[in-house]
Amino acid sequence: MIKLTGVVLDVLKPHQPGALEFANSIAQCREGLVVNLVVVEMDEKTHSLSIEITGPDIPLDNIESVINDMGGSVHSLDEVQVVNDNSD
Amino acid sequence: MSRRTLQQALALTESTALLRRYFVVNGFDGALTMLGILSGFYLGEVADTRIVISACLGAAVALFMSGLSAAVISEAAERKRSLAEMEQAMGKSLQQSAHGTAARLTPWLVGAVNGLSPLCISLLILSPVFFYSPDMRYSPLLTAMSFGLICLFLLGIFLGRIDGSHWLLSGLKALFVGIFTLTIILLLE
Repeated sequence: MIKLTGVVLDVLKPHQPGALEFANSIAQCREGLVVNLVVVEMDEKTHSLSIEITGPDIPLDNIESVINDMGGSVHSLDEVQVVNDNSD
Repeated sequence: MSRRTLQQALALTESTALLRRYFVVNGFDGALTMLGILSGFYLGEVADTRIVISACLGAAVALFMSGLSAAVISEAAERKRSLAEMEQAMGKSLQQSAHGTAARLTPWLVGAVNGLSPLCISLLILSPVFFYSPDMRYSPLLTAMSFGLICLFLLGIFLGRIDGSHWLLSGLKALFVGIFTLTIILLLE
């Protein structure tokens, strides 16, 4: 089974919620997720982020939904890492 | 509606300080209005507590409605504008996001604090008049006015805790406002 184990997202979000709460909410999507959030650019009302997420099985749909709920939007999927894991 | 939703709405709209400010400002309104009406009744030597209760309750309800409606209308307009600006910056609708929820919820939260603050403080000040019976040995109007001054003092202490100044000094400042108001009313009579 193909599993998503790493992804880098280009995200635009309003200033609120802050970077820490934003990263926390993403990490809460599934146990074992590691979120590395970098603010790339800051405008008057928005932050451009590069979010690197790693984990054994990343629920990308859930993560996109959480980002949308917080007012953000995923602009692009910049990097992807998948593994063919037959251990299940 | 969960507590987390409320906290998130306050955080997203950065309204916690606004709520504190409205609580104090309208609490002052409630306390001073009650002090004014009660001192008027006291100077006019009105002994019938039913008249006092009717007049003060009328004023308290009016303060509640005024605080609620004014805050809901003005905050709703402010939040709508703020959300529209954010939607323009983001290039998408935020109605279904936490920002949309916060923009709809915050005016009612602010309105509730704005309205309930003077109402609750007015009811607290009026409690000696509510529970008065002729066999009790206290003056309901003077006791209620003392409650009003105590409420102002407590609001002053609350303000002192916010700005980090000395609680006693801050409380006395607020108390002075109440005593000054009573003095003006006495001089007008």
